[in-house]
Amino acid sequence: MSTATTPRTSQRSFADRVKGYSPPSSVMPVLATFALLVGMFGVGSIRYEGFASPQVVLNLFVDNAFLIVLAVGMTFVILTGGIDLSVGSVVALSTMIAAATLRAGWPPLLAVLAVLLTGTLLGLAMGLVIHYFEVQPFIATLAGMFLARGLCYLISVESIPIKDDTFQSLSAASITLPGELYVTPTVLIALLVVIVAAWVLHLTRFGRTVYAVGGSETSAMLMGLAVARVQVGVYAISGFCSALGGLLFSLYMLSGYSLHAVGMELDAIAAVVIGGTLLTGGYGLVVGSLLGVLVLGTIQTFISFDGTLSSWWTKISIGALLLVFVVLQRFFTRRGAS
Amino acid sequence: MRDLPRHRLFWPVLALTLLLVVNVVATPSFVQVRMQDGHLYGSLVDILRNGAPVLLVALGMTLVIATRGIDLSVGAIAAIAGAVACVHIAGSGDPGSAGTAITAIALALAVCVLLGLWNGFLVSVLGIQPIIATLVLMTAGRGLAMLVTGGQITTVNNSFFKAVGTGYVFTLPVAILLSLGVLAVTALVTRRTALGMLVEAVGINPEASRLAGVRSRTILWTVYVFSAFCAGLAGLMIAANTSAADANNAGLWIELDAILAVVIGGTSLAGGRFSLTGTLVGALFIATLATTVPTIGIPSETNYLFKAVVVIAVCLLQSPKARAAVWRRGRRRPSTVKAGRA
Repeated sequence: MSTATTPRTSQRSFADRVKGYSPPSSVMPVLATFALLVGMFGVGSIRYEGFASPQVVLNLFVDNAFLIVLAVGMTFVILTGGIDLSVGSVVALSTMIAAATLRAGWPPLLAVLAVLLTGTLLGLAMGLVIHYFEVQPFIATLAGMFLARGLCYLISVESIPIKDDTFQSLSAASITLPGELYVTPTVLIALLVVIVAAWVLHLTRFGRTVYAVGGSETSAMLMGLAVARVQVGVYAISGFCSALGGLLFSLYMLSGYSLHAVGMELDAIAAVVIGGTLLTGGYGLVVGSLLGVLVLGTIQTFISFDGTLSSWWTKISIGALLLVFVVLQRFFTRRGAS
Repeated sequence: MRDLPRHRLFWPVLALTLLLVVNVVATPSFVQVRMQDGHLYGSLVDILRNGAPVLLVALGMTLVIATRGIDLSVGAIAAIAGAVACVHIAGSGDPGSAGTAITAIALALAVCVLLGLWNGFLVSVLGIQPIIATLVLMTAGRGLAMLVTGGQITTVNNSFFKAVGTGYVFTLPVAILLSLGVLAVTALVTRRTALGMLVEAVGINPEASRLAGVRSRTILWTVYVFSAFCAGLAGLMIAANTSAADANNAGLWIELDAILAVVIGGTSLAGGRFSLTGTLVGALFIATLATTVPTIGIPSETNYLFKAVVVIAVCLLQSPKARAAVWRRGRRRPSTVKAGRA
């Protein structure tokens, strides 16, 4: 958009160049999501008093920090053309491990490390099975999903409260911004994850290979790219992100429970799709997934502001949005192919 | 005999047999089936009855998977079917009559067929990937079911409707007869006509089969409608079992159980071939597993762990690469079969 705002001397007039400007096609879906988000806020601020206040926007981040982290991990997987159904269960497992180890008296840092290590190893194992045994991602991560939930129940069937001082104080902590606004530390972690992910995807060899594998695995292989490393790596990244998301979630809930985060993988997938990432792989941006999560969060804010709408409209509207974006994607790719 | 392990039903049947043997060892009364008040009772009958909804959903799923598709929305469709039927019965003038029950069932199944048409439209006409096309309804479907029930658990008191889940005909539970009936009809229609072969053709290459004169689009559309119909029937069974429609929990994760049943039965997720008998064995395996785990004294919540192990084992057995790795080692040591199981 910088071309439109900083006109340089040229033959064409400013208006012509504004009219003639079209953003690169990879950014288009993300712009669509952003427009949707702005539009929703526009409608919200007209309908409800106080909807468009800065704190409401910040609360979207506060309430969905864990989902942002999950969606980032899912973006990596979907960019390679795969899918990870295990993220919700890994979140539950992470809250369980954190709660159980803290109850057993482990130092918080060790508990955090144990959680992150478990998630990453689980992801790594799924990636290895998917790549080396050519098991479909859907089924391999389905097994991972069952495994993680089963392990939760093995730790405890009941909910375990987290009473550790570090976790308690982290959970209650807030960072004050100018203008009587605040965010929680979890938001900073989530944004850091987004920035690191964007850096990895766009400025490292690994990231470029992710896009290459998603575009065409065979071509990537023939080009001599490290397909195996990337294909296993994205699931390890997704596992790590799920574990980190689980830690953020345990800060949010302050308990570990086997039935936490049931169906959260669907939210993560929906956020990634709404953020404009193609499910066939190869196209998409992490920023899009961040916007996708914010769109999902805005729907919930809408429903809580309205008060008369019942909670099930959340699911219906997420489904409808998903439909719109999938159909739009379909027409974009069909036009691109022909 | 040497070809036996190569038969595609060998491993599923062996696994099911092993599981049954475990049960018999744990509780010798397991195989007893007794007659009481003209009804059959016993663990085996229970397994068949509890497995009936999964079997129904898995039958529809088998055909969808044979076309290289997948239907994630079946659980939500089952919830919608239960919701529609129960709300209709609860809201009608005569909530106890047979006529109301029949109208409710017909109405629910009609709604399911519509939902199947919708899935089929997305997949066959718009050409959206099946996993995503059905994800839309999977996400929105439970919301729709709650919209129908108004967020409440709608309970009904209609003995005719209840019979779908818990009734008996000819000494056997209606649920078993219904699911086996659908299995028989499906088997007849797909294996005694060319339809089954055409479904497989579409799964191998939709474009090539279209060029060869197969109506790919119609066949794709039909399998999604059939899958939704089966899911609806299963949903009615689940609702009738408890005489209540629970939009949140009816048929929860049934899509995963159904996919698992299909995969255990030897139908490849890559499409192009299917085995209805295999699906029956797979569904029975899952139903038996759910009974076995508590019987041998393990908390039933760990059921998930066993399912995970089964999925991994089945996938590795089906994976050509894993087989090849085992085969290479097996030629050096003659214990191929054991290595293959592990």
